[in-house]
Amino acid sequence: MSLTLINVLAAVIIAIAFVAANAAYLVWAERKGAGFIQRRPGPTENGPWGLLQPPVDGIKLMTKQLLIPGGVDKIIFVIAPVLAMFPSIVSFVTIPFSDTIVAHNINIGLLMIFVFGSMSAMAILMGGWSSRNKYSMISSVRAVSQAVAYEIPMLITAITVVMIAGSLDLMEIVHKQSGGFWHWNIWPFQKGLFNILMPASFLIFFICSLAETNRAPFDLGEAESELVAGYHTEYSSMGFGLFFMGEYANIVIGACLTTILFLGGWDCPFGLFPGVWWFIVKIYILIFTFIWIRWTFPRTTIYSLLNLSWKVLIPISLFNLLLTAGLLKVF
Amino acid sequence: MSEPIVLQPDETFILNVGPQHPATHGVLRVKMTMDGEYIYNAETVIGYIHRMHEKMAENRTYPQYLPNLSRLDYLSAMAYCHGYVLAVEKAAAVEVPERAEYIRAITVEMNRISSHLVWFGAFVMDLGGFSPLMYAFDDREQILDLLEAVTGSRLTYCYFRFGGLYNDVDDDFIEGTRRFVKRMRKSLKMYHKLVTTNVILMKRLMGIGPVSAEMCQRYGATGPVARGSGINYDVRRNEPYSVYPEFDFDIPVYNEGDSYARYKVRMEEMEQSLRIIEQGLDKLPDGPINPEKKPKTIKLPPGDYYTAVEAGRGSFGIRIVSNGDKSPYRLKLRSPTYSNMHLFDEACRGMLIADALAFMGSLDLVIPEMDR
Repeated sequence: MSLTLINVLAAVIIAIAFVAANAAYLVWAERKGAGFIQRRPGPTENGPWGLLQPPVDGIKLMTKQLLIPGGVDKIIFVIAPVLAMFPSIVSFVTIPFSDTIVAHNINIGLLMIFVFGSMSAMAILMGGWSSRNKYSMISSVRAVSQAVAYEIPMLITAITVVMIAGSLDLMEIVHKQSGGFWHWNIWPFQKGLFNILMPASFLIFFICSLAETNRAPFDLGEAESELVAGYHTEYSSMGFGLFFMGEYANIVIGACLTTILFLGGWDCPFGLFPGVWWFIVKIYILIFTFIWIRWTFPRTTIYSLLNLSWKVLIPISLFNLLLTAGLLKVF
Repeated sequence: MSEPIVLQPDETFILNVGPQHPATHGVLRVKMTMDGEYIYNAETVIGYIHRMHEKMAENRTYPQYLPNLSRLDYLSAMAYCHGYVLAVEKAAAVEVPERAEYIRAITVEMNRISSHLVWFGAFVMDLGGFSPLMYAFDDREQILDLLEAVTGSRLTYCYFRFGGLYNDVDDDFIEGTRRFVKRMRKSLKMYHKLVTTNVILMKRLMGIGPVSAEMCQRYGATGPVARGSGINYDVRRNEPYSVYPEFDFDIPVYNEGDSYARYKVRMEEMEQSLRIIEQGLDKLPDGPINPEKKPKTIKLPPGDYYTAVEAGRGSFGIRIVSNGDKSPYRLKLRSPTYSNMHLFDEACRGMLIADALAFMGSLDLVIPEMDR
């Protein structure tokens, strides 16, 4: 018991370090990626290739005054950024990076990640609502309707994968896909079944994780040209910093989940040398795609976003769920 | 959206957009009465950057007022200076050598392209796409470098003089401009491929912010806003001035009246400006750039003079009332953005805030020019 407790504590500390390092260096990667896409160098001043930019930014954010504007709902205002960061750290506890590198594998790991994942919408609502700012309020209302709309197709596609794997255990889901890229859930051939909609499922899951993490082109919560900075307009210093880090942590989780559910986790594409490095390579390819999309597309509007979810993604994912269930039953 | 939303006038709140807001690109304030995300009513409040340019003219001699013109619309300053020098030259009967006229047309068109490039970048940024701004500014940088070499300034040009120019262009400028025209054609192709045909962009602009031709006439809207609503009017064609009759160019007109039509009008105007620049460089005659005889002090004979030119944002008119003195008795500037902006109040009712700000971007407002 005590050993498990120590294990979990160590895991949480490592998870925090991993999340913080990732969040910090994803900002750097985002800025470098944006620079690459926009034909400019990006950060170069601090350290080689601007690699010291994240710590410098962090120190700057931490030394800023933490301003709590008059008229805000103080308790909720202070809790919200913490709540934005906390679930992303906890989610990392159950994510398996390889056969051995996992903090604490539980047999309902996928469910747990979704439970904690849906808390980030709560944090945005609390932050926006307590700010007593009209822009923040519009933003938080948007964010909630967006989160509701996109969690449904995300869950349905996840259920499809769970049905194929027969387990909610993330380890188990990866093991079922091992042995080469043709076993991955992204392909239509699964365990002798031919399910044409699986690639579509992958796309739906990817789009939903874009929307869930409030990334462009679905960054309606913080649409800067409309809502200034959305739900974190009134936040300063690390209050803003936590929201910001939470967003990047969510990106990593989204990429991890997509990799585990559809891209075979730490499985090597050619069935050789499976290991944590494959997992890392896959999630960073996905993260680069996130960055690439953000700096390429303009933003959608909230209504076309909701239309896309309710009229396109949910019907397709529901149909895929039925199809998979039927195929599993028949064969 | 399928069904029109019935707005509830008694369940509204007021949203203050501006004077400092990322989408207003300056110090424009819009008091929006909102019903949720829908705009019930919008009231534009201007005057935050009013500098009394018209009153300043009354206390300055005609040449002293020249630098003021480039502080109106800092993005297409050249056209405004052009309007002013044309007005004074017409009134004071100053001859302009042909070479100077051609160089004026070339530089004005280059400035028009650079102005439209800023609009293009800022507009797509309003829609949430950040990268085109950087590409547009990269192209614009070439124009600014070329103009800097000739005029001495990058943004607030004071290049035109009564009867001529401050400086002659050299071979480097002509070479560089030819190179730029080639480069710009390539870039425009890329913009069309990456931005104009983007699904999200088309969905966000088509049918959004419809402005009818009747409405344009009622508010006195000109320039790309009017041409996007099917009004075939361009001062360069309808009231020709300078050497524009010598050039062969088209006036892009679209009948849809939505934001996408205005977008396409501006993108095509850039192509037409490139054509004018090319022809201007081919036809550029040799000779002096300033008249041999020029009055030492410019004094306009008593009277009332009006000249209009096609600036980046529409028809810029300048009216000078002179009583024969060294400075005008009254000088009135008719700035296109001022008229174009007033469309916003009426047209944005019932729109979503996101669409309204995209619509505002498509009007291409430059606030210092509006407030003067």
